[in-house]
Amino acid sequence: MLALNYRGPYRVRASQKPDPIIEHPNDAIVQVLRSCICGSDLHLYHGLVPDTRVGTTFGHEFVGTVVDIGESVQNLKRGDRVLVPFNVFCGSCYFCKRELYGNCHNTNPQATAVGGIYGYSHTAGGFDGGQAQFVRVPFADVGPTKIPDELLLEDAVMLTDAFPTGYQAAEMGGIREGDTVVIFGAGPVGIFAAKSAWLLGAGRVIVVDHLEYRLEFVRNFAQCETVDFKSVDDMAIHIKKMTDWLGADVCIDCVGCEAAGSALQRLTGVKLKMQAGSATVLHWAINSVRKGGTVSIVGVYGPTFNAVPIGNAVNKGLTLRMNQASVKRHLPRLMEHIRAGHIEPHKLITHRIPLEEVSDAYHLFSSKLDGCIKPVLIPPGVNV
Amino acid sequence: MNTPTQFAHIKGWGADLDHANRPAYPKERMPARLNPPVRWEEPEPQLRHVEVLRSTERPAMTPVFGSGQPPRGLSGGIRRFAFSYSENDLRHWLLLLFADRVDVGEGLIEDLARGHVPRIYSEMGGRAELKHNPVGAAKKGLVLAAVIGAAYLMTRRSPRRRSMRPR
Repeated sequence: MLALNYRGPYRVRASQKPDPIIEHPNDAIVQVLRSCICGSDLHLYHGLVPDTRVGTTFGHEFVGTVVDIGESVQNLKRGDRVLVPFNVFCGSCYFCKRELYGNCHNTNPQATAVGGIYGYSHTAGGFDGGQAQFVRVPFADVGPTKIPDELLLEDAVMLTDAFPTGYQAAEMGGIREGDTVVIFGAGPVGIFAAKSAWLLGAGRVIVVDHLEYRLEFVRNFAQCETVDFKSVDDMAIHIKKMTDWLGADVCIDCVGCEAAGSALQRLTGVKLKMQAGSATVLHWAINSVRKGGTVSIVGVYGPTFNAVPIGNAVNKGLTLRMNQASVKRHLPRLMEHIRAGHIEPHKLITHRIPLEEVSDAYHLFSSKLDGCIKPVLIPPGVNV
Repeated sequence: MNTPTQFAHIKGWGADLDHANRPAYPKERMPARLNPPVRWEEPEPQLRHVEVLRSTERPAMTPVFGSGQPPRGLSGGIRRFAFSYSENDLRHWLLLLFADRVDVGEGLIEDLARGHVPRIYSEMGGRAELKHNPVGAAKKGLVLAAVIGAAYLMTRRSPRRRSMRPR
């Protein structure tokens, strides 16, 4: 089959790999119909995630058709069209029993802090991902969700990660009616977080980024205010000026470890790897939120450590919430929002690119060229 | 609920204001709402046919795991050594990052051994750069040419310097 093949930092190619096989009785093999590149894939692409091995196939946002199932699979059959949450999860461990599917303890032998994630290095379980023609899907009776007929395939693929992650980011903010919510990052997750903040009853939504085309997009898509941080001297002062000098009720980090905005953080976190990425947004969030407020984090950081102003968080009495999205528990409600016309997730897709051109797709997304917000890969031979 | 007039233009405003409509509230929720519920208490173990490394913070192998790209060569040796340290130990992660860089070199050797000369510029998305950022591509090209030119000049000057040394 054709699949993305990671060759090193900033280097990927599409090449032939052996087809995946059933390795466990509850496995399924899914033929991929659409696969997105996620902003967090760029951390892999840039060589920042430990234990990213040459030959790995990335991709944790995909939908497809079931083409083979293991002997114990009962809830799926060949031909079913499914969306596959990015979490690989068993449904029965201590954490899955509490609906913390993003924290499953049964799918990642290489680490305990993170559950299994498709195509996200051996630190996340060593599963090959969906930027390929076929992919192995473990626990097929638990994770995959059949795509309702009325749901667009491109809405479904956004439900595998980006939309639930953005929604959970807002949800973890504990938003109350009329709250002011500041979202750092106008990538797909930040855009969905902005839209979700309104669903949760926010009174004011402000999105911070430095790419004008993304700020323009989020203003139109999510009817929010925007701030270009390059035009701001000091983020905390700027947010306080916007909020009667109190600070925002909720700040959300939708950026993670490659944040721009501080040369020192970029140098120590990204270039020299003296910390687990650039913690600029964590600084801004903790220092811009009001006392007693909430900071919600879904941006991805490395497993080592970051220098963050935790003393300020203590003194301000903040609530810090963070997690990988537990995609499966969000799906029913988010599908209702799509059906009700509250949101059209597929509108974030700006580029549809053949899998054969995956090197160009990654560079386009990584370098923010051609107004790219969300690229989707289409494997060869797919006609839907 | 009645939508306040200032939010009337925002589709779905406040639809999930009620916590009952928030799918991940409360954070931990039992019993899980999987439909249908899982049939197993403990999942069957996956058979292992390749080497899979295991965190020292785990007492046993997980029932399911990924089997792609088992450890190989020098990078594999470094990875095995890294896994002798716990996730709590910085050496674990730094060794893995080092192994990743060694792996890149091994990947190049593997390519060449198979008779495949990697098209590195293409693998780095050079075509997209030329199409969508031609000025940036030209700048990078000029910088690269300047570096190569400077290196060439330095190698050309060296023999002269040597010839001027007193014998």
